[in-house]
Amino acid sequence: MIPPSFEYTAPRSVEDAVRALAEGGEEAKVLAGGQSLMPLLRMRLAFPELVVDVGGIPELRGVREDGDTLVIGALTTHHTVLRDPLVRRHAGLLAKATATVADPAVRHRGTLGGALAHADPAGDVPTAIVALDAELVAQGPDGRRSIPAAEFFTDYLQSTLSPDELLVEVRLPKPGDGWGFHYEKFRRATQEWAVVGVAAAVRRTNGRIEEARVALTNMGPTPVRARATEAALAGADVAGDAIARAAASAAEGTAPGTDLAASAEYRAHLARVLTRRAVTAAAG
Amino acid sequence: MHRISLKVDGTTYEDHVEPRLLLIHYLRDRLGLTGTPIGCDTGNCGACTVDLDGQSVKSCSVLAVQADGSEVTTVEGLASDGQWHPLQRAFHERHGLQCGYCTPGMLMAARDLLAENPDPTADEVRHGLEGNLCRCTGYQNIVRAVLAAAREQREQPAPSGEEASV
Repeated sequence: MIPPSFEYTAPRSVEDAVRALAEGGEEAKVLAGGQSLMPLLRMRLAFPELVVDVGGIPELRGVREDGDTLVIGALTTHHTVLRDPLVRRHAGLLAKATATVADPAVRHRGTLGGALAHADPAGDVPTAIVALDAELVAQGPDGRRSIPAAEFFTDYLQSTLSPDELLVEVRLPKPGDGWGFHYEKFRRATQEWAVVGVAAAVRRTNGRIEEARVALTNMGPTPVRARATEAALAGADVAGDAIARAAASAAEGTAPGTDLAASAEYRAHLARVLTRRAVTAAAG
Repeated sequence: MHRISLKVDGTTYEDHVEPRLLLIHYLRDRLGLTGTPIGCDTGNCGACTVDLDGQSVKSCSVLAVQADGSEVTTVEGLASDGQWHPLQRAFHERHGLQCGYCTPGMLMAARDLLAENPDPTADEVRHGLEGNLCRCTGYQNIVRAVLAAAREQREQPAPSGEEASV
């Protein structure tokens, strides 16, 4: 369908973008890569009065190091994230999850910041960001603030961003040595959303898991950490059945929904199975 | 209305467009370039894939205003001097289509794939085309056609003047 009518502005700086968002209020929508917004507009599920296209703000793009932190601009495309040597070196889990997002043409346009601000619990990128304990930096009329990934997602398609704030960058602590990672995604067909996904990162020494981080895709209205599994994995032997036992509690404290793809019960089953697979692969 | 200027298949166009106008509608309805079809409303099918500044995109998921200042290549810009692009020839010879509806998108996605990976495995071709749906062929001949075109391009690189169109 033809999208609904809207006003359009393409600011050239973050300050101008924030100003436009402040003027547009609740009726303004940010356009980054557009790979979530455009289908919403075409299917007439979104009716913004103003679209603020941030695609022409160069400072929002790119990957850099800042001491012990990897900084990725919000407008950096999935395609770039996947290939960036710094991301591969310091945030391999993010690259791994990003590789499963949609398809090449969508990854050419879709952006890291857009995928996070869209806050879809079926998205793969938010889960990786939550597993990696990233900080999300937003800029509003009063300056910048940093939001821990665990607090950023508040509900289905909802984040802590206020209407006059723009997500400008993602800061990832460099993990250091000994970490392995994996993203395990279950979907009915290629390029589809995850029915359930699991992002796992583990630090091993001498065949033992010292520390584990496990985050789940589509197991509730927001990406969520599998805390019980993480606790059970601390000190676990990689070789024995400790990983399988820890994975059995992966669905604890989650609130998966039922839809055409899966029942809540089946999702809980998937979370356990995929967590075992993801942690085993990460520890391998 | 917003003023845009862009190059499509080698020709520069200047226009006034509504912000909500999709690139695919601009190409088809305004420029008459109906070689690129519209297949779905959800961004899944890939039939409308075109090249935007060197990368494949789904032109149903890009606003015309976002393409301001850009260079677009559609399936209609693939052939040059009456000669089919190696991918077009390979799809023809290997029966890489039945109804043909997905073909323009398949060609553009395959062209992007080969630009990045000139010597793909069959599996890599399948992954590279995962954003393009074909409801007729079962993909077997599409994959064969892309592999054949890749082989031909490796053996007979395009003359330097045409590098950009390969």
